[in-house]
Amino acid sequence: MTPTLQIFLMISAALFSIGLLAALSRRHAIFILIGIEMMLAAANLNFIAFWRFGPQHQPPIGVMIALFSIAIAAAEAAVGLSIVIAVYRHYRTTNVDQLDHLRG
Amino acid sequence: MNSAAFIIIAIVTLAAALGAATLRKLMHAALFFAVAFVGIAAFFFLLGAEFVGLALVFIYIGAVAVLIVFTILLTRRDVDEDRGFNWGGAIIAVAVFGALAWSVLKTQSLAITAPHMAALTVKRIGEALMTTYVWPLQCVGLLLTAALIGALILVTEEKQ
Repeated sequence: MTPTLQIFLMISAALFSIGLLAALSRRHAIFILIGIEMMLAAANLNFIAFWRFGPQHQPPIGVMIALFSIAIAAAEAAVGLSIVIAVYRHYRTTNVDQLDHLRG
Repeated sequence: MNSAAFIIIAIVTLAAALGAATLRKLMHAALFFAVAFVGIAAFFFLLGAEFVGLALVFIYIGAVAVLIVFTILLTRRDVDEDRGFNWGGAIIAVAVFGALAWSVLKTQSLAITAPHMAALTVKRIGEALMTTYVWPLQCVGLLLTAALIGALILVTEEKQ
């Protein structure tokens, strides 16, 4: 049995759901970022799978989108983690439940 | 594509991702995050996108995972463990997975095997990046520079 496109999509759906679980149920700001990174990686896996199983193009569009998305995810991680450090410096906590100073 | 290798990689990736999402110790979860990305890079290798897999290893395990570990160490005085788990999030995640799995399995046109493909060389990727995608490439360079400057400004100590 060789893997079909469906199996890759199922794995990427599972990865996305695990990322969503981390992003929604964790209290720690770093884990919310980890969940978002996992969801982005699941989307990249989808792009690569559709590129591999679809008709072949020149230039390889799916690979290009995945490369750009990885670069943007890296920028997002850098800014997000520095926001976590800045917030920690002000409030001495990274628990997102305690960061409710903007609440009306 | 080898099915045995595929099954092993799938199990390792999903188990590591689940560990990263649910483990209480922050440092353990960060290391499981790195393992999960090794698995995703292995999937990219299996799918014939070696360059993207290598880029993923370099960027995520070489940079992002190290950055996460540094952030955990810098904010350690807070809590070493993540307490409290919101079960509503788990329900939503399971519901989303159910909807995605149902729609993927229901679509018959997705049950295809991979067609034969000429190897994707780095030369082809480089040519595409330097011709068709030269403007997006420049924009990503600008974005990364802006993100670097923004991150530096955010973490610089304010002078009293």
